[in-house]
Amino acid sequence: MPVEYPKETPSQTAGPFVHIGTMPTVAGFRGLEPELGQAIAGPACPGQRIGVSGRVLDATGAPVRDLLFEIWQADPNGIYNHPEDPRVRDISQDFNGFGRVAADFDDGAIRFETVKPGPVPGRDARMQAPHLNVFLLARGINVGLSTRLYFGDEDNAGDPLLALIDPPHRRETLVMAADGTAYSFTIRLQGARETVFLDF
Amino acid sequence: MSAPYIPRDRRWHPPAHTPDYKTSVTRSPRLPLLSVEQSLSEITGPTFGHTALGPRDADLIHNFTGAPAIGERILVHGRVTDENLRPVAGALLEVWQANAAGRYRHVNDGYLAPLDPNFSGCGRCLTGADGSYTLRTIKPGAYPFRNHGNSWRMAHIHFSIFGAGLAQRLVTQMYFEGDPLRDQDPIAQTLPDPAALDRLVAPLDLNASIPLDSLAYRFDITLRGRRQTPFENRPEGA
Ligand SMILES: [Fe+2]
Repeated sequence: MPVEYPKETPSQTAGPFVHIGTMPTVAGFRGLEPELGQAIAGPACPGQRIGVSGRVLDATGAPVRDLLFEIWQADPNGIYNHPEDPRVRDISQDFNGFGRVAADFDDGAIRFETVKPGPVPGRDARMQAPHLNVFLLARGINVGLSTRLYFGDEDNAGDPLLALIDPPHRRETLVMAADGTAYSFTIRLQGARETVFLDF
Repeated sequence: MSAPYIPRDRRWHPPAHTPDYKTSVTRSPRLPLLSVEQSLSEITGPTFGHTALGPRDADLIHNFTGAPAIGERILVHGRVTDENLRPVAGALLEVWQANAAGRYRHVNDGYLAPLDPNFSGCGRCLTGADGSYTLRTIKPGAYPFRNHGNSWRMAHIHFSIFGAGLAQRLVTQMYFEGDPLRDQDPIAQTLPDPAALDRLVAPLDLNASIPLDSLAYRFDITLRGRRQTPFENRPEGA
């Protein structure tokens, strides 16, 4: 018999009312203050300010309107605001790195502002192209979905994670379109152009 | 580089596509997840300090208006540890739940059961140095939802947990010992192994109850542990 370890607590869907415990103003009342994840980068943070918008679509092409969208990203120098980043002492001022956005209840739109992250060291000292780490929660999603969003105006050719995606044409499901400082994405949960989701 | 986390056992968690829980049908990826090595992007993650929390966040009985919520008064407590049995200190737990009548305080909840003017249903806390936490709340009611013709959720409290890094992120639900709806709840039944569902069922904990005040339920949470091996992967071909 192999050695037995306690197993991870199993996941369950966040359901449609996830906002109550995470963003109560979206649920319709004032509850937890401050609400967490409301500023990925504060006004004093250096770096390029960008706007990101997009939608998450289900198999029928309908936007997921009860979605909670979480972002975790590095600062403009590619440093994470976390004790295990070896460069954390040099983290940009007024930078948090965590963001939370609720999809619009009418059209499913997701919009947020942040600073563009820098390249992040990967394993084996290979640099990873700038990216946002994304975690999706919604009714009908039994285990929260992880993916990344890269920037269409960056050189993503050497990114070790994108290089693992086969067939290569699916890599573009993780790359945002760039229009100046505005970036846009479509995440497809299922279907012909299903987004690549990650297991790590 | 910090030690990576032990891979997640996906067979233990619910599959993405669980047709008896109908909403999962159109919201489930059908292509395999891409397995990737953990980098700083996955090992790091948001962390929170006590300044991020309000003084009454962990007391759902009083944290909306100050007047007590209606319902069966309970404590929910437990420990957050990892698969190596180490306590996870400073983990953020966020909870949300229906009131004692099964109604959520949410603009999109149209259930006919009444709102409680003194109950919002949200709370949060950080684990202590030993991974322990305690929340005070009322026992939520069961509620119907549109799935099958007559589908009900067993009483539950939603939990969102941030451990030390993104790889430990977990969202789940806590159930109560002895709930007669267990076998027909389409969401609880997304778990393929009844032993997994057992892990979400909090037993009554009389010793932790407060005499003449509150019953208690114990809900221990296990997050992913870290690999212990000192050997690092070599790049392919090296
Ligand atoms: Fe619920």
